[in-house]
Amino acid sequence: MLGIVGTIPEENFPLISGTVLLEENFIIIGNKRVNVNRGTPAMIAAAVETLKYMDKSDPLCYLVGDVGNGKGCKSLYKYLETNITDTSFQTLVFHYFQPDVSLFKKVIAAIAKMPKKPILVADAGFMYVAKMGGDAPFFDLFTPDAGELAYLADEKAPHPFYTRGFILHEDNLVPDLIKRAYQHNNAASYLLVKGEKDYVADKEGIIAVIDNPVEEVLEPIGGTGDTLTGIVSALVHSGMEIKTASAKASIINRLAGSYAMPTPATQIYDIIKQIPRALHEVLGN
Amino acid sequence: MFKRFGKKTLEPDAKNQVRGILVFENTTEVIRAENVLKAKGWEIKVMGPPPNIRSGCDLVIEFPLIEELSIIRVLSEVKIKPIQVVPVNSTLLEPVSLFHEKEYGKYLMVRAANMKITVDRDTKLIVNVSGGGCPDVPYLAEQMVNKNLSEAPQPKDIGHTLCAYALQLAYDRMVDIC
Repeated sequence: MLGIVGTIPEENFPLISGTVLLEENFIIIGNKRVNVNRGTPAMIAAAVETLKYMDKSDPLCYLVGDVGNGKGCKSLYKYLETNITDTSFQTLVFHYFQPDVSLFKKVIAAIAKMPKKPILVADAGFMYVAKMGGDAPFFDLFTPDAGELAYLADEKAPHPFYTRGFILHEDNLVPDLIKRAYQHNNAASYLLVKGEKDYVADKEGIIAVIDNPVEEVLEPIGGTGDTLTGIVSALVHSGMEIKTASAKASIINRLAGSYAMPTPATQIYDIIKQIPRALHEVLGN
Repeated sequence: MFKRFGKKTLEPDAKNQVRGILVFENTTEVIRAENVLKAKGWEIKVMGPPPNIRSGCDLVIEFPLIEELSIIRVLSEVKIKPIQVVPVNSTLLEPVSLFHEKEYGKYLMVRAANMKITVDRDTKLIVNVSGGGCPDVPYLAEQMVNKNLSEAPQPKDIGHTLCAYALQLAYDRMVDIC
């Protein structure tokens, strides 16, 4: 089973767990329909499309409404601490979430007790809190963008907001920042760094650089990082090696973006619609 | 006042004063307190907390410690109560102050830390918000995208987290240059 943990940007969305379906531009969980428009819903939609192509079952999601005050996340942290071990997951993905180090540590302590530790992927708030808590190496894959990579590389920053200027400066090359993140134990076993060029790396260095097709305008489009996380997680869950899945996911995400003929004003669902075609193009043979 | 965040420096006399920090329950309270105190003319700065009191998505307000009583009184008048007031005995973290700007034809993207905002310079329409990892980011995007830069709700008013704070910096920068 692929498990996904994240938030829905609605204050009154309840804490809910269950299998998620995708219908047009909505994800369906229980009796709730959520518009796919960046954030965790976009990540889920990309994962569902990829799982369908790989002939795997739909993901089990743990979702809660939170608009940033942290109330929903606090309740989901506590729920996960108690219930996450009830299901046998091969892969668990953690996404948009309010960082809270003490509650986070209780969740990963529960995961550590599982008979077989799942492959752990983290992006967004969960990646932030994993680094804040000094627990990045507990994870198998992080999917940062350039700003987030600078944060991982800055051993003193507790949040990207405090990344020091000399590290954030654009003269710093991605490979140097990757090296620095590993030097300070602030990276997962693998990194998939998204940007103008995507990088797949581990502590030994750069494994792959993906820069084709070139679609510069993907960076300003909200949700393109979320779709990449969804695709790579589903590929890893389907049995692909993390480094291979990362490189393939990067190409698939770029192709889907390219097929959508994007401008900086394109919205993410237009790209998600192209994922099946991109999957076929990359994995069809 | 929010747009000067991170750039304002204390006057020489204030620099020599013993400093303290006000710790609040959440970032929303910090933003409210910042607005109140700056409106009253206090030389305060929003900073990152020292490691011993850091829990996650945190901000604190640094202030001249000698002003503690007056500051607490002003905050209590608007029903804001810090959970701790402590002297500063270590270096506090500076918020990000470096921006990246990128042009895509008529579109301009500004990035502050991990947050990006993109605007159509012809129409001043916010066409996308991206980046970030805190849960208010998708909410902020939903509220701001497809609205004019001058009419969109601002992160400082509807956001709660450091990602919202970073987006506000990017927004302010966009307003300055667009």
